[in-house]
Amino acid sequence: MRQIEAKTITECVERLCIEANYNLNEDLIEALEGAQRKEESPVGIEILTQLIENARIGRKGTYPVCQDTGFAVIFVKIGQGLEIMGGDLYEAITRGVAQGYKKGYLRASIVRDPLARVNTGDNTPPVIHTEVVPGDNLQLTVMAKGGGCENMSRATMLIPAKGKQGVIDFVVDTARRGAISACPPIILGVGIGGTLEMSTLLAKKALLRPVGRSHQDSTTNELERELLEKVNDLGIGPQGWGGRTTALAVHVEKYPCHIASLPVAVNVECHSHRVKTIVL
Amino acid sequence: MPEFVRIRAPMDEAAVLSLRAGQKVLISGVLYSGRDATHKRMIELIQKGEPLPFDLKGQIIYYLGPTPARPGQVIGSAGPTTSSRMDPYMLPLYEKGLKGTIGKGNRSQEVIDLIKKYKAVHFSNIGGAAALIAKSIKKCDMIAFKDLGTEAIYRLEVEDFYCIVAYDSEGNDLYKEAMARYGR
Repeated sequence: MRQIEAKTITECVERLCIEANYNLNEDLIEALEGAQRKEESPVGIEILTQLIENARIGRKGTYPVCQDTGFAVIFVKIGQGLEIMGGDLYEAITRGVAQGYKKGYLRASIVRDPLARVNTGDNTPPVIHTEVVPGDNLQLTVMAKGGGCENMSRATMLIPAKGKQGVIDFVVDTARRGAISACPPIILGVGIGGTLEMSTLLAKKALLRPVGRSHQDSTTNELERELLEKVNDLGIGPQGWGGRTTALAVHVEKYPCHIASLPVAVNVECHSHRVKTIVL
Repeated sequence: MPEFVRIRAPMDEAAVLSLRAGQKVLISGVLYSGRDATHKRMIELIQKGEPLPFDLKGQIIYYLGPTPARPGQVIGSAGPTTSSRMDPYMLPLYEKGLKGTIGKGNRSQEVIDLIKKYKAVHFSNIGGAAALIAKSIKKCDMIAFKDLGTEAIYRLEVEDFYCIVAYDSEGNDLYKEAMARYGR
């Protein structure tokens, strides 16, 4: 059985937290540049230009791209043939988050109790989603998820009679209500099917796909394009100051569901989309 | 019309009344930071009849919780947070003379009405341009609520701090106008 040290996991998570917050991925920069070329609103073009400049400053490594350096959401894919030595997996990840946020001069944005609201001081605990997969690799993905855009996310349990149109209406309405405050141009992760919690997890996982990469299923891809067009027709534009780029992308993921249900979840992501992955 | 209107903070009434939704402004002077926990605590002080850490008259509050500054930096990254979360706290602040706020996103109709009633203004700056925005902050001092960490009150000296007027003292609304113009 392949073995991996808990300490290695901590070091990797620490590094990914810092990289995510300073160095935006190329797919996102390309999406912003594409939007800049197509945008009709002068102030919209100006905003997109400033966001690209902001990303450039971030890459120098002294100012995180956003002051909200996020809730650390960690996606773990662990091969069933892998053994973790010298410590507990979740503790190793949590320590990595604490160290990364401290060493990277990142903001502590987590309160221990949602009602008492006292800051934990080191941005822990993270949210950890684990999948056991075949093989003996360990894949770690760190998403630094902003609170402002997360707040604009919604889930609903539609009745099956609502069908595709019901899904479209819910997604577009979510953008109409929330996009202005979610730092547009936004990215929408949409989860359709499963159970209540499955739909929300699908919506978040949909955000992990490189920005704007088409879904391999043509029907889903067609739905994504239709949703993107309708969201952009809202005219909200960059920062809500008006324009044709309200969203950079809409990513949809589906899962089988109960004969009685049609769960739909929309996870709203800001333009400061911070995701880093490593495979060990 | 010049591309930018230059204003000083704190603001006098004439400056506030002259601003119109959609105008781009460059603010120089003093801003105070404050976000969720900061507002909650300020309102508690007002309710207890105790003094606030700074006089609100003519002032602008910037909805900000910065990242920690590295050695040698004035401040860390310093972009705006969502304005609407502060909506429930606004009335007592306007009553105490607050004239301006800066944050991202739209506000409730109730706050838009308060802005009009109290002859105030709400600005928006670019959410997520936090590294760039930090460069227009020249001085940063924590003045109160140290235990709140990033949610403490910071007194910020700014130069040519870029914003747009989102809601003006006549009730005009940048966001509504923008959607009407670019929506299809």
